[in-house]
Amino acid sequence: MAGLRPEDWLKTTDRGLWCAPADLYIDPVRAVERAVVTHGHADHARPGNRRVLATPETLAIMRARYGEAAARQAQPLGYGETLDLDDVTVRLVPAGHVLGSAQVVLEHAGQRIVVSGDYKRRRDPTCPAFEPVACDVFVTEATFALPVFRHPDDAGEVASLLASVALFPERAHLVGAYGLGKAQRLIRLIREAGWDRPLYLHGALRALCDLYEAHGIGLGPLEPVAGRDRAAFAGEIVLAPPGSLTDRWSRRLPDPVTAMASGWMRVRQRAKQRGVELPLIISDHADWDELTATLEEVGAPEVWVTHGREEALVHWAAGRGIRARALSLIGREDEDE
Amino acid sequence: MKDFAALLDRLVYTPSRNGKLRLLADYFRRTPDPDRGWALAALTGDLDFPNAKAGAIRDLAREQADEVLFALSYDYVGDLAETTALLWQTQSGAEPPRLAGVVEALRRAGRTEVRGLVSGWLDGLDATGRWALLKLITGGLRIGVSARLARVALAQAFDAAVEEIEEVWHAVEPPYGDLFAWLAGDGEKPDVAGRATFRPFMLAHPLEEGVALDPADWLVEWKWDGIRVQLAARGGERRLYSRTGDDISAAFPDVLDAMGFDGVLDGELLVRDPADPGSADPASFNALQQRLNRKTVSKKMLAAHPAYVVAYDILFDGAADLRDLPLEKRRERLEAFAAQHGHPDIELSARLDAPDWPAVAALQAEARRLGREGLMLKRRDSRYEPGRKTGLWFKWKRAPLLADAVLMYAQRGHGRRSSFYSDYTFGVWRGGELVPVGKAYFGFTDEELAQLDRWVRNHTLNRFGPVREVEKRLVFEVAFDSIHPSPRHKSGLAMRFPRIARIRWDKPAGEADRIEALEAMV
Repeated sequence: MAGLRPEDWLKTTDRGLWCAPADLYIDPVRAVERAVVTHGHADHARPGNRRVLATPETLAIMRARYGEAAARQAQPLGYGETLDLDDVTVRLVPAGHVLGSAQVVLEHAGQRIVVSGDYKRRRDPTCPAFEPVACDVFVTEATFALPVFRHPDDAGEVASLLASVALFPERAHLVGAYGLGKAQRLIRLIREAGWDRPLYLHGALRALCDLYEAHGIGLGPLEPVAGRDRAAFAGEIVLAPPGSLTDRWSRRLPDPVTAMASGWMRVRQRAKQRGVELPLIISDHADWDELTATLEEVGAPEVWVTHGREEALVHWAAGRGIRARALSLIGREDEDE
Repeated sequence: MKDFAALLDRLVYTPSRNGKLRLLADYFRRTPDPDRGWALAALTGDLDFPNAKAGAIRDLAREQADEVLFALSYDYVGDLAETTALLWQTQSGAEPPRLAGVVEALRRAGRTEVRGLVSGWLDGLDATGRWALLKLITGGLRIGVSARLARVALAQAFDAAVEEIEEVWHAVEPPYGDLFAWLAGDGEKPDVAGRATFRPFMLAHPLEEGVALDPADWLVEWKWDGIRVQLAARGGERRLYSRTGDDISAAFPDVLDAMGFDGVLDGELLVRDPADPGSADPASFNALQQRLNRKTVSKKMLAAHPAYVVAYDILFDGAADLRDLPLEKRRERLEAFAAQHGHPDIELSARLDAPDWPAVAALQAEARRLGREGLMLKRRDSRYEPGRKTGLWFKWKRAPLLADAVLMYAQRGHGRRSSFYSDYTFGVWRGGELVPVGKAYFGFTDEELAQLDRWVRNHTLNRFGPVREVEKRLVFEVAFDSIHPSPRHKSGLAMRFPRIARIRWDKPAGEADRIEALEAMV
């Protein structure tokens, strides 16, 4: 098939990226016949698709979130396994983003395209590390694609949380953390820092923590916030979804120090807008150095850039002789990551 | 530098005063000399590096990324120092500097050396450290800590009285080794004899409603509508201090010129209306504000708003400390002092003549018409005691102005109030539209706050981040001290000290005040 271009068989549609020869959508934003889902975050995994291909962990997360609507027919595909769909071979490879997160490796007519979904490169005790795959086209996210985003060492961020708990022992520390991935990773990091007391959870975080535990990721003693005296939270650490930080829910805590674990906390204006007192720069997305190192590592001559700050990454890639362009995909948000 | 950077970083995000005090006190206790002393000087605004210029920093920043990436980054972050701090890359092998090393080197450095020094330090620091360094160098930390708050924290750190620290403050120099030694119990109290240092003010309590006092025991004076100041002159050194103990001499050379004496006076700083120089009345507080918060003052400003002082009290006559004398005696000394060292720009505060309480009340009722802030009532036998001692001095302010205004926007508070819509913007009618006239976040009880929060949530029209626009239905009776023309506000008016006096759940919004009514109060 001389002259076949990658965009001839992987196309941008209003439902998302579509692999035409396999009639397969990747992270579709509207319900489709056949989908492959990179990971369980709500802007990538949506309910209502008929057949869904994903890692067993991602399928479990979708079932926990959507129940029956997760998929009419779920097809698990473990990391490294391959599946032939018509003329296309599909393989899932760890992306290092959250539990179950995968890059989708598509091979067709001697070409290989990797759709990396969301990813990061640093260690995460709750999921296997990103594996670079050499390819002809690499499709990358660009959430933190500006050179101002260089995430610091996460152990240092957790140390500042524990130092604050020591300095304000009469106050609770309320940490906003996205319910899938960030919360569990943060819990593991807090445990690694030596904090073995119970951690207190907003009810909305419970189910996914249980799911992580069931997948063998130990989180230590976790207790619900509900049903306890205000005074009991002095000197304790409480985790809640970001939206609950300034919610009326937070009034049950004694004068809480509000913290937030997110890559956005790097920029002061963003942290201030959220009314955060203790920003913790902990991200599940690649920072600038990770993004650029990854592009160099996979060595793709062509890069497609999706959601985030595409312009800067496209500019950087062009400067290195990589053909780069921004894909405008709808339905992706600056999540509370 | 790392600890100092962490401190600044925390302070920026900490809204509550107590939280800030705790962070500062903790830092002062565990940081060695001289780093903590330099940090204190940075916080109190007593550090200046004339050879370090913001322009040089800008040039350094642009060398760090290519033009497109720099522009995209700056556009996203919005702050040049922060953008630079984030773009710069830590070099492995470069050592992070100590705060003391940075300050000492910058004070010695010539203009051409600054760039190389700064660049080397940026290499060794992390992003937070770089941000703190750039803030330190370019001046104006803007982290919501006043010099006074830093001194209160210092007192808290070492279990000392802040008044004692204030007394020695202007006689010590950064990095304050002698001050920390004394506070830590390892040295003598710094000697302030012979120096024009600040002496803590004696303050008044508000007079409670319905209280009547016998003028035989109380000295009655106007409460002037200016700012309280202390004039300290000793051994040729002349200084003017604000109520918080900040040295504001540089902004008021005209007042310093009038201080041809040796002693310490307590008084009110006012400005004259140059169009009416003979008047016994000062220009408005609004006019005085033109002269405040300036590092220097232009000739034009001096001519347009000439400053003078109305003296209330005398603390020192030469070296003699008069603070233990009763007020009546100090007043005699003040009058004699003024007669001896008189200057037209230092007037005496008049003793008001009121034989009985009804006469005092009649004076208070006149205060607004005369442009005074109210009355002061001071026990004739009171010693001059620092701080706010009960039962010795009272202030009886003029009655506030009142207006009925409609709630327009509500904003989430900070810290303890971060889950409550507690900051209210209200407006009055101009024709058929509401124009905002002020903003208030106190004057209501906790119970009323909970009611207001509920009301805001149930009557929201639009949300803009932490702000909600609400239905224009709820009327506040707003109390305020005065109202001034202000080109910065859409209504053309700005209130001084507005607070919510009552929530008028019963009053229809259409019956709230009109702008014309407020304009008449200017």
